Amino acid sequence: IIFYIFSTLYFQLSFSPLVPQENAGQFFSSGHTNNWAVLVCTSRFWFNYRHVANTLSVYRSVKRLGIPDSHIVLMLADDMACNHRNPKPATVFSHKNMELNVYGDDVEVDYRGYEVTVENFLRVLTGRLPPSTPRSKRLLSDDRSNILIYLTGHGGNGFLKFQDSEEISNVELADAFEQMWQKRRYNELLFIIDTCQGASMYERFYSPNLMALASSQVGEDSLSHQPDLAIGVHLMDRYTFYLLEFLEDIHPSSKANMNDLFKVCPKSQCVSTPGHRTDLFLRDPGSALITDFFGSVRKVEITMETINLTEPIQQRQKETYSYVDQLPVSEIIHQKPKQKDWHPPDGFILGLWTLILLVFFKTYGMKHLKHIF
Amino acid sequence: MGLLSDPNRRRALISLLTRLNAPICVVCYMAGVAWFMGLAFEPFTLRTYMSENAMGSTMVEERFPAGERALGTGREFSAHKKKAGGMPVDWLVKTMQSRGLEVFTQRFSRRLPFPDEDKERYMVKGTNVYGILRAPRAPRTEALVLSAPCSPGDDNNQAVGVLLGLAQYFRNQVFWAKDIIFLVNEHDLIGMQAWLEGYHHTNTTGMDWSPLQGRGGSIQAALSLELSSDVVTSLDLVLEGLNGQLPNLDLANLFYAFCQKIGVLCTTQGKLQRNDWDSVSGYSHAVQTMMLMVMKQASGRPWGDHGLFLRYHIEAATIKGINSFRQYKTDATTIGRLLEGMYRKLNNLLERLHQSYFFYLMPSLSHFVSIGYYMPAFGLLALILLLRALDLWIQLATPPPGVLSVLTPLVISHLTGVALYTLPIHFQEIAVEHFPVSETEAVVLTAIAVYTAGLALPHNTHRLLTGRGTENGWKVLKLVAVLYLAVLLGCTALINFSLGFILALTLVPVAAFVTPDLCSATPACTLLFSVFLFQELQEMPVSFLDGWMLYLSVISQGILDHALYGSLVYPLVALLVYPCWLLFWNILFWK
Repeated sequence: IIFYIFSTLYFQLSFSPLVPQENAGQFFSSGHTNNWAVLVCTSRFWFNYRHVANTLSVYRSVKRLGIPDSHIVLMLADDMACNHRNPKPATVFSHKNMELNVYGDDVEVDYRGYEVTVENFLRVLTGRLPPSTPRSKRLLSDDRSNILIYLTGHGGNGFLKFQDSEEISNVELADAFEQMWQKRRYNELLFIIDTCQGASMYERFYSPNLMALASSQVGEDSLSHQPDLAIGVHLMDRYTFYLLEFLEDIHPSSKANMNDLFKVCPKSQCVSTPGHRTDLFLRDPGSALITDFFGSVRKVEITMETINLTEPIQQRQKETYSYVDQLPVSEIIHQKPKQKDWHPPDGFILGLWTLILLVFFKTYGMKHLKHIF
Repeated sequence: MGLLSDPNRRRALISLLTRLNAPICVVCYMAGVAWFMGLAFEPFTLRTYMSENAMGSTMVEERFPAGERALGTGREFSAHKKKAGGMPVDWLVKTMQSRGLEVFTQRFSRRLPFPDEDKERYMVKGTNVYGILRAPRAPRTEALVLSAPCSPGDDNNQAVGVLLGLAQYFRNQVFWAKDIIFLVNEHDLIGMQAWLEGYHHTNTTGMDWSPLQGRGGSIQAALSLELSSDVVTSLDLVLEGLNGQLPNLDLANLFYAFCQKIGVLCTTQGKLQRNDWDSVSGYSHAVQTMMLMVMKQASGRPWGDHGLFLRYHIEAATIKGINSFRQYKTDATTIGRLLEGMYRKLNNLLERLHQSYFFYLMPSLSHFVSIGYYMPAFGLLALILLLRALDLWIQLATPPPGVLSVLTPLVISHLTGVALYTLPIHFQEIAVEHFPVSETEAVVLTAIAVYTAGLALPHNTHRLLTGRGTENGWKVLKLVAVLYLAVLLGCTALINFSLGFILALTLVPVAAFVTPDLCSATPACTLLFSVFLFQELQEMPVSFLDGWMLYLSVISQGILDHALYGSLVYPLVALLVYPCWLLFWNILFWK
């Protein structure tokens, strides 16, 4: 039996990198080394309680899975916890009957109230902030960062409304991501949006390594989940509610991948049809783990042996940095908008033209007809 | 060439106009009346819906528990009211303070221009008591008002009881974002006017009031409660306010939504809703409801204590509890819950109610007609006047008209109008000295006397008229009068559609067809007729004698409303409609 134990131990040890020097290269070329999250709630006013609850529940999951506050940029457009109308001050609930308080006591909001504007959002993404901006308000990502961007609020076909006064269009967003790619500010980026007609926001992306999810297709509304009668508002949106439930099952060593994420909230639960876009993502979505974006998983392997890293790792080739590769230009130029269905002209237009023609012919007589035909 | 610039075509158009003028006018009139009657037909109306996003749906949980205690408080109030012989100010102040409100009082006094025989008052002195519930965490920038009148006798005790019960319940909640003012006003409308004037620092009616010591911020909405029985079978919503102004439709939508949620029977104009719109009786029911609203709006008087708030752009409505012979009764706890739900939703408001319509007619509580749909009915009637004016203009084109000849009748008519406006009140003392009548009767009879004297004018003023009536002189006068009437009715209809429409309905046909020697009716007949119609619609038809007394009291109330609250119906009729009518009367006797 002792021999058996020894053999299993030896067996286990043998599964650790047997030749650590050779595997070190493989170990360090896995893709990303740090994780960032930018979570934005764009609506204010008490009746938009659910958007703040959406954002805070994603914040909670992301923090639980390991991303620290220093790597999260949380933007909340209004303060629901301390709103005068909140019957339970200092709380924001995501489940009715007040089961889960997502506000907690360690929430760090980086952009609050009127600071949540389109300009600030784009500056955070592109890094063009004034020098006096504190570190907590900056997205200090590099070319090995995986970034999660979550947006929620009121949106429409091709735009997202910020605070009742301005909008960000899908073209602006796509250009911002392209700037990030050109400045090498991300390795891979996961974009989740929970608004009405959310799929229109990722239609215009053209930079590599972007994956996008949306709660509803163009022409569909995203619906809210459940009202709480004591508080008097809807607490969450459906998509984020089921996303939260899905994420509650994820732990840092979980091997769930993006294909599972695409299955969250089917039409039977969400009423709207969630959509996703993976054509710009250069890996297979099935090989991307949930924790690649939602968590900050450090790759740690414990070994009892000493490793000599005297030789340079051969697999990394020398790169001279020039313009970063993009998708072929032809693909960008020919990104056509979706074909709209042809509609027959409205009855009103038809009637109007008939009227105009009748008046014309009545006034000038039928004899002109033959000049036309 | 174009249609209008081609002389041939223009002549053809003009001849068409002059030939067919009378038939087109008749058709327009019929179309206008038919359009108006069609407004009550349900497929032509829209269902009411909540327009304000902040108020959302009715998803709040109403938890008001203390209906019985509220009724007990109401009984205490009634006992103290009897003891004090009026408003029990000290008891009210003490009770409100014990419920945690900041309590203030306001004294006011007013001498009416002549005694009011309907409510039996002349020198009015009273006190308003109001308590402010401060919002626990919000700045004191906005407020909501809940008011109940302190009426003499046994009326409205339960209303004050429910008000105090709700005050106690609301005080224990932390989610109020606006201050809530609980107001008990004495002498109904006069006290309310004094309070509003004191709150907004205006003094438009010459009342004497002590300044308000406590204030709550800009008032966003107000509800007035009238409840005179322990249980009710239905709740009635009263919307019409001063000068025919209506609150934002969202307030009615809110009330209706909560009625449906809680399951209380709700009515408007005291008439229940019916489902059979395609039957004749169902349609006539809807027409009756709409006509009641039109008549109430046309009278220009506030039909509940809420009516005076509307002038300050505060959306307000009155909720009346009605106890009739029906099996299913609603108790005070349910009424309290309904009010609690409404106030929680009003609490969520971020701006004043402005998303829904301000001008509408309601054939029932769940359907409405907006201004875009009912205005064409009036437009068709105004069109008749314009067609007539065009016709006269064409006829007068050849001998150029002299405008100066019109000036004398104009001036004399307006002077008569001014007389009708000022004389009744000023000469009441003289009238009382010489005739054995009370002051109110003196005022009314003076008004009727001046009115009739004005009708006799044309016979006399013709002797004064220079430039003796030419054959076409009356046409000039008619042209001016018709245009004047059109502008007058148009402006009236914009502000108070019902008044404009009723005046148009009766005045336009006669104005259009008046020529020398043709008989006509007068606006006084309009008023008499409407009084009878109103009583008929309320299912309380009156005999002729009672109707006549009612008619006289309507005239006196109209004059009083103008003096007390600034209602514009009396000055409008005396200073503008009556002189305009006298111009047509002049045409009749053009010789």
